[in-house]
Amino acid sequence: MAIKVQIPAPLRQHTEGKATVELTGATVGAVLQNAITQFPGLAGRLFDNGQLRRFVNLYLNEEDIRYLQNLDTPVKDGDDLAIIPAVAGG
Amino acid sequence: MTASFVRGMKCRLCGTCYPISATNFCTEDFGPLEIDYDYEAIGEALSREKIESRPMNMWRYQELLPLDGEPTVGLQVGGTPLVRADRLAAELGVARIWLKNDAVNYPTLSFKDRVVAVALSKARELGFDTVGCASTGNLANSVAANAAAAGLTAYILIPADLERAKILGTSVYGAHVVGVHGTYDEVNRLCTQIAFQYNWGFVNINLRPFYAEGSKTFGYEIAEELGWRLPQHVVSPMAGGSLIGKIAQAFEELGRLGLVEPQPVRFHGAQATGCNPISHAVKAGLSEHRPIRKPHTIARSLAIGDPADGYFAVKLIRESGGWAEDVSDAEITQAMALLARTEGVFAETAGGVTVAVTRKLLEQGRIGRDEEVVICITGNGLKTQDAVVDHLDKPTIIQPTLEDFAPLVRSRPEPALVG
Repeated sequence: MAIKVQIPAPLRQHTEGKATVELTGATVGAVLQNAITQFPGLAGRLFDNGQLRRFVNLYLNEEDIRYLQNLDTPVKDGDDLAIIPAVAGG
Repeated sequence: MTASFVRGMKCRLCGTCYPISATNFCTEDFGPLEIDYDYEAIGEALSREKIESRPMNMWRYQELLPLDGEPTVGLQVGGTPLVRADRLAAELGVARIWLKNDAVNYPTLSFKDRVVAVALSKARELGFDTVGCASTGNLANSVAANAAAAGLTAYILIPADLERAKILGTSVYGAHVVGVHGTYDEVNRLCTQIAFQYNWGFVNINLRPFYAEGSKTFGYEIAEELGWRLPQHVVSPMAGGSLIGKIAQAFEELGRLGLVEPQPVRFHGAQATGCNPISHAVKAGLSEHRPIRKPHTIARSLAIGDPADGYFAVKLIRESGGWAEDVSDAEITQAMALLARTEGVFAETAGGVTVAVTRKLLEQGRIGRDEEVVICITGNGLKTQDAVVDHLDKPTIIQPTLEDFAPLVRSRPEPALVG
């Protein structure tokens, strides 16, 4: 299963400059674990002691995963997962 | 002239320092970036006398704002009245109320002109020719107007179902207005993606550290207009949760610079019950808010379900000994009418929220009856007429004769709200 993960510009130094990476996994959390395995530089940016950082938002096909099942949200082939900084707006 | 006072930007979570650029978050932990000032140098450069000698607008505090040079956008913004509201105070049963009235801010009648003046002046310093924002309405008006005056191209993204007056008050300035099907939070997410893809200056995204600083001037003005002192209580509306924190920061800075006597101020946050992530977190004892997917309130300017500064607002309210409350749409319209008929101030729905929440906090004893409170009025009622139009008495229609007029005087009705 290939999931397209959108990487925000400031994190692309950890993904060989790639804006999108294709990864596999059954859930959002599993996809991110695979992302970290492939690009270890992402680990500390996205997670703090195993918890997703407070100001990181994740959107599966444009829906905030907090309105789905968070990191346990199942994903399927062709889904888009966007990592987006939360410090915006207001 | 102010270049020497800004040292750079700093992550609010981990303290990592960054040079000034158009970015809003830390690449280590995604924490928000804020401006890092050299307060010692500012303290030497700034005095009450110096501030008082300058024109009555927000730039009289320009050493505390993050520009390299003189401002070039929004030169007349700020300097709004702090109104002593004795008739409202009598009605609510409290010793003293002050209204900080940004309903008459220039040019677009909301506090957003303050943040936009800083953000667009900075956008020009950084070389942007295209700017934009995600907005619940007031910011849209302000970016559109100030960008027009500055000759900048503006892309304004709003929820498609916003109040007519707020859409009209954006389009008229020639901005590219894009209505998005979805909530404000969805608009905001899209704008974050646009800002970084197109490399434009989005005032509340990649220019947000500068933008947010403009709100401090609302706080400086309160303290100066009180005669260089701090009030006991502030009731602030909360949408993204930034303003309340910036008023607190303004007070803290004035204390640190010796411009006011430092004293504890209780910060109270006000929201609508139909979109209350921050007040809910405070009342439920949570350390941070839970986002609200589908806000539903007439206070559209406060309808942010996932406030970027929610975590910091909850923390500030708790640490200052304040509280947060939320009020129903009916309470909001009643409070708008109460404010209008007691003080002659027609505030938008968000002003109804702060007045109604003040009443609630008084009833709960969280603000003492013998104390002093500043209520923040951040927008103008002419922009949200739809919210009250059905609740007001219609004018009595008569023939142009004294006969028709006389009975109206004998049975004079209360000129107030029905529902």
